[in-house]
Amino acid sequence: MESPFANPLAFMLGPVPITTTVLTTWALMAAMTLAAAWAARRLTIDRPGRVQVVLELLVETLDSEIAGTVPGDPARFRVLIGTLLLFVFVANWSSLVPGVEPPTAHLETDAALAAVVFAAGVGWGIRTRGVRGWLTSFARPSWVMIPLNLVEQVTRHVSLTIRLFGNVMSGVFVIGIVLSLAGLLVPIPLMALDLLTGAVQAYIFATLALVFIGSAVTGDEGATPPPPQQDAP
Amino acid sequence: MTDLIQIASILGAAFAVSFGALGPALAEGRAVATALEAIARQPEAAGSISRTLFVGLAMIETTAIYCLVIALLLLFANPFVQ
Repeated sequence: MESPFANPLAFMLGPVPITTTVLTTWALMAAMTLAAAWAARRLTIDRPGRVQVVLELLVETLDSEIAGTVPGDPARFRVLIGTLLLFVFVANWSSLVPGVEPPTAHLETDAALAAVVFAAGVGWGIRTRGVRGWLTSFARPSWVMIPLNLVEQVTRHVSLTIRLFGNVMSGVFVIGIVLSLAGLLVPIPLMALDLLTGAVQAYIFATLALVFIGSAVTGDEGATPPPPQQDAP
Repeated sequence: MTDLIQIASILGAAFAVSFGALGPALAEGRAVATALEAIARQPEAAGSISRTLFVGLAMIETTAIYCLVIALLLLFANPFVQ
């Protein structure tokens, strides 16, 4: 049986080895860019079509989620979080196409996505609070916590990687095992479960990325929205 | 010597998956039972409860997935077997 950690080589681009995972990722990126360009060319104010309504619903849901997690203008995180959500979703569901293995079922893709989240957290933290403010956020609630906070920065992104990798890879792996044991139609319920898991994991990945970036922006104590003001009776 | 390591790896993988499935199974059963109770008491909140339930279940399931990853590492990418 093929190891789930193996990465089959597609071809060599000069000295650089290109794996099938990277090829699938490129194909997905091209398809998503073309679809986005096609959908954005047809935007109108007067008579919105079905595609436009779906896109507006997506953007509004995303904005309300972001505004509920990080106080302030949701538009600054919309691009990054929305791209992560859509890419992970499309990548998880790309197993619907016969012969395509989802790129998120390989550790390298997930590690790259988590690295993007890590860099975004550092970048947004420094941009909104300054280098000094960002560095002092590690010394909260007291300087004793500095090693723990540093370790937490690493472990939360590693767990982000392993969570997505494990969930998608185990789906692919289980379908492979059942297919080799049983027959043609038996893995179909498992594939349906795999689609549900893929959608939920895309949502979880985007939400956790938002929470991590939000905690870097607002400081850990401000990551959750403040409770609504109680009206005096 | 390598045989011994391989036997130990297979046993370790089996134990990792079996014991790693115990905790999440109990936790997921508890979560689903509580959610069903909440839906029975407040059927109008079923939408938001089940959405939160799915996300929570995926989070709980992740701990079992970690054990599966460790088991597969032992079987396929064991650092002690060349």
